[in-house]
Amino acid sequence: MSTRLFGEPVRRREDPRLLTGQGRYLDDLGRDALAAAFVRSPHASARIRDVDVAPALDVEGLVAVYTWEDLPERIGRPLPLLIPHPALTHGRTAHPLARDVVRHVGEPVVMVVASDRYAAEDACALIEVDYEPLTPVVGLERAVRGDALVHDDVPGNVGAHLVQEVPGADGRGAAEAIEAAPHTLAFRLHIERSASTPLEGRGVHARWDGRDLRVHSSTQTSTSVRMAVAAALGLPLPNVEVIAPDVGGGFGVKIVHPWPEEILVPWAAMTLGREVKWTEDRREHFIASAHERGQIQDVRVGFDDDGRVLGLDVTILHDHGAYTPYGIIVPIVTSTQLLGPYKIGAYRVEFSSVYTNTLQVTPYRGAGRPQGVFCMERTMDKIARHLGKDRAEVRAANLIGPDEFPYDQGMTFQDGRPLVYDSGDYPRMLRMLKELIGWDDHVGRPGLGIGLGCYVEGTGVGPYEGGHVQVTSDGRVHVSTGLTSQGQGHETAFAQIAASELGVPIERVSVVTGDTRRFGYAVGTFASRAAVMSGNAIALACRKVREKALRIAADALEADPADLEIVEGEVRVVGAPGPAVPLSTVAVLANPLRYAFDEETAKATQFSGAAPPDRPPVAEGDEPGLEGRDYYSPVRSTFAAGMHAAVVETDPDTAEIRVLRYAVVHDCGRLINPMIVEGQIHGGVAQGIGGALYERMVYDEHGQLVNASFMDFLMPYATEIPRVETAHLETPSPLNPLGIKGAGEAGVIPVSAVIASAVEDAEGFPIDRMPLSPSELYHLRLRHAGQEPGGD
Amino acid sequence: MEHEITLVVNGAARRVRVPARRLLSDCLRHDLGLTGTHVGCEHGVCGCCTVLLDGEPVRSCLTFAVSVDGREITTVEGLAGPGGMSPVQRAFGECHALQCGFCTPGFLCTVTALLRDNPSPTEEEVVEGISGNLCRCTGYQNIVKAVHRAAELIAEEGR
Amino acid sequence: MKPPPFEYHAPRDLDEALRILAGVRGKVLAGGQSLIPMLNMRLAAPAHLVDITRVASLDALERTREGVRVGAAVTHARAEREGGHPLLTRALRLVAHPVIRNRGTVVGSLVHADPAAELPAVLAVLGGSVRLARWDGARGQVRDVPAHEFFVGPMESAAGPDELAVSAFFPALDERTGHAFHEVARRHGDYALAGVCAVVTLGEDGGVAAARVACVGVGPAPVVADLTGAGAGDWALAAAALSRRVEPEDDIHATAAYRRHLVAVLAERALKEAAGLAERASKEAAGGA
Repeated sequence: MSTRLFGEPVRRREDPRLLTGQGRYLDDLGRDALAAAFVRSPHASARIRDVDVAPALDVEGLVAVYTWEDLPERIGRPLPLLIPHPALTHGRTAHPLARDVVRHVGEPVVMVVASDRYAAEDACALIEVDYEPLTPVVGLERAVRGDALVHDDVPGNVGAHLVQEVPGADGRGAAEAIEAAPHTLAFRLHIERSASTPLEGRGVHARWDGRDLRVHSSTQTSTSVRMAVAAALGLPLPNVEVIAPDVGGGFGVKIVHPWPEEILVPWAAMTLGREVKWTEDRREHFIASAHERGQIQDVRVGFDDDGRVLGLDVTILHDHGAYTPYGIIVPIVTSTQLLGPYKIGAYRVEFSSVYTNTLQVTPYRGAGRPQGVFCMERTMDKIARHLGKDRAEVRAANLIGPDEFPYDQGMTFQDGRPLVYDSGDYPRMLRMLKELIGWDDHVGRPGLGIGLGCYVEGTGVGPYEGGHVQVTSDGRVHVSTGLTSQGQGHETAFAQIAASELGVPIERVSVVTGDTRRFGYAVGTFASRAAVMSGNAIALACRKVREKALRIAADALEADPADLEIVEGEVRVVGAPGPAVPLSTVAVLANPLRYAFDEETAKATQFSGAAPPDRPPVAEGDEPGLEGRDYYSPVRSTFAAGMHAAVVETDPDTAEIRVLRYAVVHDCGRLINPMIVEGQIHGGVAQGIGGALYERMVYDEHGQLVNASFMDFLMPYATEIPRVETAHLETPSPLNPLGIKGAGEAGVIPVSAVIASAVEDAEGFPIDRMPLSPSELYHLRLRHAGQEPGGD
Repeated sequence: MEHEITLVVNGAARRVRVPARRLLSDCLRHDLGLTGTHVGCEHGVCGCCTVLLDGEPVRSCLTFAVSVDGREITTVEGLAGPGGMSPVQRAFGECHALQCGFCTPGFLCTVTALLRDNPSPTEEEVVEGISGNLCRCTGYQNIVKAVHRAAELIAEEGR
Repeated sequence: MKPPPFEYHAPRDLDEALRILAGVRGKVLAGGQSLIPMLNMRLAAPAHLVDITRVASLDALERTREGVRVGAAVTHARAEREGGHPLLTRALRLVAHPVIRNRGTVVGSLVHADPAAELPAVLAVLGGSVRLARWDGARGQVRDVPAHEFFVGPMESAAGPDELAVSAFFPALDERTGHAFHEVARRHGDYALAGVCAVVTLGEDGGVAAARVACVGVGPAPVVADLTGAGAGDWALAAAALSRRVEPEDDIHATAAYRRHLVAVLAERALKEAAGLAERASKEAAGGA
């Protein structure tokens, strides 16, 4: 088959095992392991008076029970604050098991280890924890009143406060620019909580053999879990290995680490000298992992007669839940990516990140962008409505031009680097979208609406990823990279890159991800970064291997390396299908041997005459073996972009909302595998529709998550998702050798904005709050018909 | 109290001792080592644990192993034939109908029964037929395509 | 999420099942599609489960001129396939998803008595009944409980702790009768936010001889109303009046006001459709005669 694989819809190499039940997910491991389960707080805010484990001690199969008091000092410390930031003045993290107080329903209080999960749950049910309930802080409005505190030492419940301001070209600040603008608008927007909700929850399995600790975790970052576990347990790094097995989806939640369970399960395995496994169940995932999205935004905008934004001032209240292990990445991303594909005049954004007695908030696919895009795109629609202009036209008036790249937005992005867009063609993208959805031909009527939304997504953030490529003497190519996979098809995409770079059939390439035994340095899979970061690192490593292979083969072929190419796994003179040296032979020649174990390797032994007798077998500065390792560390992020449009129908009587059409134009630079990219977009759009119309985390005033099940957290089925139409634009990134940008989060980002835009068009009144249920639409109709008093 | 039961799993009779409360999903996965059947919610909504019970798709997390003593069960491990993967499995691969693969075994079992009962379903019947299975990765686009493709493959190969 | 321990009983015949229930007052396990989630979440912890799926006599589906009698072990899927009662079949397609219907039972849905469930409404609108059996020390005793007495409250039926619901009877539709079931659910297959099941029978003169509805999701049990004279043939008026009689509640998915509004909308749709079908049936009956 062709080795020109980059850009081809190559079928996934993961699939045969996953289609036949041969995948290995976390809970498929450790059949003989002991099972862990947790007693979790039923209160949102309470002081722990006493824990009585005695009633559980008779449970058959019980092995151990641990409370915070039972933990050694270094295990019992608060979990690390992963991403410190100067504005996060009051960062707080949880203890692995609650110490004295609990701050959200679901916080782990007692760990039980038993022969199996049934017995462990039996014991959990019998353990009696005496709580003194405290006043819970639920909801942003309540939190900022500050009359009850989540953390006693965090006044006003404000964990972080950050203001960023970019003056306009004339040097005026946002307030002044808005004041001076011909038109101004002010409004408030709400976005509710949702969550990643992968179908496989979290899980940890640990085995200790007295010297080495092997941990499997359903994580998005095995290298970092390894460092965290080694640090917590006081083990030398070489004695700890962490492997992400097949992972049943992540979508952000599994980037958080170390989870309490990732520390406690390995510690229990060491303490008990037995394999221990914890497999999170669905209820635990709802109340004890992480959520995202919840924000309230106050917007003021000033604009001219064409709809050009002259000044924008946004104040964001961000609900951070009870702890801030992942810092303030989400509101930073909202603040910066809010700008989208537009060049606006002066911009001021301020956020307060606020503690509540609810589950912690950490990135979920999109990571703050859906909220930012909701804000900007609602703003664009309101401007259009105010001026009586076409909504696409107002956007067009604000777009950055194709000749304005690199475009500096004047802010600091989530990687601490300047927010500079690398490439794109937004006007063309808007034209493509209008054509795809038939924007100009759409004939609206009450109950039938069309809407659109645009975004720019910083992808491929640093600091770095690496790749290792080894060609063995059987001609096989072994690729490894440290970041992990949760369904993105890395084994295929990275094999395509390696096969293309090395000129070998893809069948000979194998890829390993997320296994610290194979590659120890990595950051992780998040922020649509895997293809950009590891893809380029692997390409660079392959180029090293290729250079070495050509050099060695040049000796054998008595040719100039510059005249050689690799085709179908053989090195030959360019364009001349004459004598050729297979890579297997090159690999043999690259590794001088003393001992032979087959015919191939015999060629590399000392009496074979392969090596000139007057030179050292391994030349100075060279290394044995045909392998290469390289890293890709970009100066800053690449910026992918997309524009979506939808046609929706609202039932005049029942207020049910149906998405009739959904169109996506997407630009993530060069496509490695268009089939996989399309799949990423499809999945993102479905999650977006979930967030726009179905999914929310509903806390009552006591801080109970009242819909903590798939019965009441309404993740869409096939029946709720329309067919998605897609078109691609490819503006290569100038920042990396492959010209690629990330695609993982793209689909989800603008969906709430698009659906709001379309429903607004169908209904004729503003939609300022997402998600939107039929019940809520019904009440909005009453309110706008003057039949019901309005809220905010 | 434990019960000794016999399950005919993927054509082979398996004797196993289980407590009454052992869920069929746990029995298959942990007692019999057939970990291809996945557990996503344990309250019957997600469909990851769907297996065929006497040919009909059921939730193995909402079934006690003891209550299906003596009956035939097909799991994802049993869908392939001697000639390799079944048309449904191949169609899922061909159409990129899976990403993380966690929900996939449930979909495969559901679709296998769906196409047996209705070899050329309409678009609406396909969507209805898979409407009890959640997927968080694919947005269902390619799963729907794969069901139609599997119908084609079955029709072609049946001739 | 693992079920608590329990003792498992698998009686082979009805008498044995009744004797066990009389002795241990266990929870009956049929399809388990509502019970097992509750056990897995440890919201219930019965000491005994009595699995009735091996009692052959309970797996009967009898169709007569008078109606359909569905045994306690008959699954939704089988009743949908073989039931022969058009309204029951239509309602069954609204129950959860096909895979759940492969295990779930018709009688189980009735005994579970979820106020948002479809089948109790069907039994109620048809004026059907549930047959309960108990062991009196010597033999099984049977009583038939009419639907309006069977659904006592939310998740509560008239079946006593030692009683087994052995079958349910769905009376056949009269001639010149049309039926409809309309509901709004958040997702396809979810419990309805509100739903209305309507049965309309026309007289030989073409006038409305009978019009009954049952509403789901808007009260502690199916809300049944006789609308025969209501609205004088104006279904919108009748539906609006009906919506003022129901007592829905707020929950996380919808407000009470929205549910009440839905009752008006759905009742009108269901009544109109049922009346239209009744008219067609009347014409066919006349044509056939």
